[in-house]
Amino acid sequence: MPHPWIPNSVPEVKNEMLKELGISDVLELFNDVPKELILKEPPKVGLGKPLTEYEVRRFFESVISKNKVFINPPPFIGGGVCYHYVPAAVKAIISRSEFYTSYTPYQAEVAQGLLQAIFEYQSLMAELYGVDVVNASLYNGSTAAAEAVRMAARVKRNKRKVLVSKAVHPEIREVIKTWSFGAGIEVIEVEYDKVTGRTDVNDLLAKLGDDVAATLVQYTNFFGVIETELKEVIEVTHKHNALAIVYSNPILLGVLRSPGELGADIVVGDAQPLGLGLNYGGPSAGILGIKFERDLLRQLPGRLIGATVTEDGRELGFTMILQTREQHIRRERATSNITTNSNLEALAAAVYVSLLGADGIRKLGEAILGRTNYALKKLSSVRNIKVPVFEGSQYFMEFPIKVEGKDIEDVYKALIRESIHIGPLLRRFRDYAELSNCSLVCFTEAHTKGDIDTLVSVLEEVLR
Amino acid sequence: MVFRQAKWSEPIIFELSRHNKQGLLVDEEFRGYAEDALREIPKEYLRARDSLKIPNLSEVEVVRHFTRLSQMAYGVDLGPVPLGSCTMKYNPKVCEELANDKRVTDLHPYQDEETVQGILEIIYLLQKWLAELTGADVCTLQPPAGASGEFVGALMIKKYHLDRGEEQRVEMIIPDSAHGSNPASAVMAGFRVVRVPATPEGDTDVNAIKAVVSERTAGIMLTNPSTLGLFESKILEIADIIHDAGGLLYYDGANLNAILGLVRPCDMGFDVVHLNLHKTFAAPHGGGGPGAGVICAKGALKDYIPVPIVDYDGRKYFLRYDVPKSIGRITWFYGNIVPAVKSFIYLASLGPLVREVAEISVLNTNYFMKKVTKLRGVDLIYGRNRWRKHEVVLSFEKLHKETGVTAEDVAKALLDRGFHAPTIYFPLIVPEAHMVELTESETKENIDALINAYAEIVELAYRNPDALKAAPRNTSVTRLNNIFANAPKTVTPSYKFIDRIKELLKA
Repeated sequence: MPHPWIPNSVPEVKNEMLKELGISDVLELFNDVPKELILKEPPKVGLGKPLTEYEVRRFFESVISKNKVFINPPPFIGGGVCYHYVPAAVKAIISRSEFYTSYTPYQAEVAQGLLQAIFEYQSLMAELYGVDVVNASLYNGSTAAAEAVRMAARVKRNKRKVLVSKAVHPEIREVIKTWSFGAGIEVIEVEYDKVTGRTDVNDLLAKLGDDVAATLVQYTNFFGVIETELKEVIEVTHKHNALAIVYSNPILLGVLRSPGELGADIVVGDAQPLGLGLNYGGPSAGILGIKFERDLLRQLPGRLIGATVTEDGRELGFTMILQTREQHIRRERATSNITTNSNLEALAAAVYVSLLGADGIRKLGEAILGRTNYALKKLSSVRNIKVPVFEGSQYFMEFPIKVEGKDIEDVYKALIRESIHIGPLLRRFRDYAELSNCSLVCFTEAHTKGDIDTLVSVLEEVLR
Repeated sequence: MVFRQAKWSEPIIFELSRHNKQGLLVDEEFRGYAEDALREIPKEYLRARDSLKIPNLSEVEVVRHFTRLSQMAYGVDLGPVPLGSCTMKYNPKVCEELANDKRVTDLHPYQDEETVQGILEIIYLLQKWLAELTGADVCTLQPPAGASGEFVGALMIKKYHLDRGEEQRVEMIIPDSAHGSNPASAVMAGFRVVRVPATPEGDTDVNAIKAVVSERTAGIMLTNPSTLGLFESKILEIADIIHDAGGLLYYDGANLNAILGLVRPCDMGFDVVHLNLHKTFAAPHGGGGPGAGVICAKGALKDYIPVPIVDYDGRKYFLRYDVPKSIGRITWFYGNIVPAVKSFIYLASLGPLVREVAEISVLNTNYFMKKVTKLRGVDLIYGRNRWRKHEVVLSFEKLHKETGVTAEDVAKALLDRGFHAPTIYFPLIVPEAHMVELTESETKENIDALINAYAEIVELAYRNPDALKAAPRNTSVTRLNNIFANAPKTVTPSYKFIDRIKELLKA
């Protein structure tokens, strides 16, 4: 039976084509493959037979229905990504199949719309992060951070150490270590202040020598704490002729001063909050931006879109630029191996930010900040919950809560039974022993007052 | 075929804004709480009001803007995209629809395992099916795309040698015809690249491999079929040479479509295999991503794969982190799950028919090759008398010498005729190259139309080459100036520098 996705499997078409080639069996085209390598039987994949569309739908339903989606209330889970609302207009645009079924725009003239959209993404992100140039995207925030570290080590060629704050997402730190292995970069972690939850500037200073290529701080950090000594961190980093890398959540930058304005040399982040959905962690898009400086630009990883003019000079157009940095031209001397990036997610982020506009981004940041503050106040009154965990710091969107007199895991499970999901439990990550009875919680525009009140009242019940 | 691409003189989005409109409402219910919190944050960490230069637009303006831009893009849903080594097959709509289910897109990566048994089962089954298709012991979906999979493979090989105390194994053998990401990935993992040439027949030169293997050899990175579209018929011999020298074989899965369900990489002797779900397994390319990579390993290397992988204990699915010698995490969370779900549905739909994917894609390519090489000025250079697999590399060197028309000119002329151009000037060992891959999705009618387009262009090249220098004409813009695009004084990587390029516009 000819399959709908394989049109030339219709016997008369197939035979006509075989005839053109002067052969009778398609397997003759594989006569240069050692015989013993050809499988005798078709592989055992799927359900052993082709499925019709209605059968595959039923099969999918039977599996996917084993998932539980937390809707009412949406998950209060933090840890790098939080639940945000995805506007319908964003979904509509990225569902345009001219966009989603196209390839990397190697043929610029036939891909102007795609190129312009990504040029706009780059420019919008540059505004948000307070830098000049943002690339066309990397895989996600964690790999953007890893690329930034590798980039810094290329710019500062003779320095092989990188300082990373322990208040940076533990999985981002793991990724940085994996990506640095082989490049001869030594990743040294900087303590966070157990009282304030902020990066310990004294520990950073103690570890900051002339052999350090870069420092990396997350702002706001993994605990949701605003790093209010970031300016000092950047200053001392520059004093040691190192590059300051700052990882930021873009959704907060309508309210918070941008890392670029604060003096960061390389900014990184993850575009997930900008209308991309949770996607069980991926795909997302990694943001990486720099000042428009030659040394930095030359070492920038990944694709970059630029404006140009037509050869006749009459029209503006867009194309991929500075490709001599990239693997398909430079091969073993490329700045990165990245090829496929997160183009469609970058497009979604561009649409999302365009919908909000400057005013909307600020309002949304305030809406999140307001919920954070409201939740802090309400939770701090719950018996056997310690909130805030850190003193003298400000939180944005996320914060840890500590359970006293009971194991956090029991509380967490009891909440799930009530269709309320907090997390991640900080014991999941090896290096926060002092926070082992803590969980992160996250509050976004998607949470109503009713949702937060429900969390509080169910917690009170569970802890009674 | 008649083709006129849409052409909107659509301003850059920053130029659309005039008033304080809004495209998405945001509530102000928590305003008081926000103001209290703002007072607590030190002033120097607050953004100055009105300092953000982002346009304020209504929803309809934003939607029209991006919809117009979409009309100036070209994807598989509009016509053939015969980019070699990119496997631009049709992306079935059922895969798209099902993968966009809320029970996929609204799952938080830190949700309790008990609440995500469905997605874990999908990942588990997909890992299993891909292991079956590659002949591997274990697969993980961690790499977010192909190049990251290559990097993972190289790192696994690196760590394997280090664990055995063989620090001297610092050389990675890579053929001249390899994708650029292979040497880039090898260097990222700390290897030195040793290049080997191809024979006139298009095989990787076995004698050259013999000449360069030594106790410094870490391994070899190969695609099979190669980027020339040729099956490495001496692959078993190559595997023996590398293994005997103490090295390992890495398989670049970019070209797997040619042998899917027919030949398994690990049976050929490969120890670590990367796959692209966004090529071979029908997840869409998204205009350049997101992709989804897979790493599969056999034998000793299976202990080195990145964590976590999804496992099953007979009762429930879970994320397994205890892979003793794992290279660690290559990304946070678990990889690009939405494309993986699309590939899961694709494979579930086809089942044993995956074999037909390989057979028909190879048939399509050879049918195209047979006819197109009859044209004047078109040549193959390597392995002239051999069947191709999934792709074929044409050389327009002769055409160029005789008419002055370049491979790029031919590509632009294809755009004018409603086709996306193939990969050009790659592999580097073929002069004036067009690397054409016709997947199993292409109809015979479309292949014939593409051949006719080539015939028309070649004829025009000999008759009126200047006409081709003026191509493309039917796309939304005519040929772009790449010198201004890249020159230090005119390079314009963001809107804030737009004036420097606008100054070059002629009135």
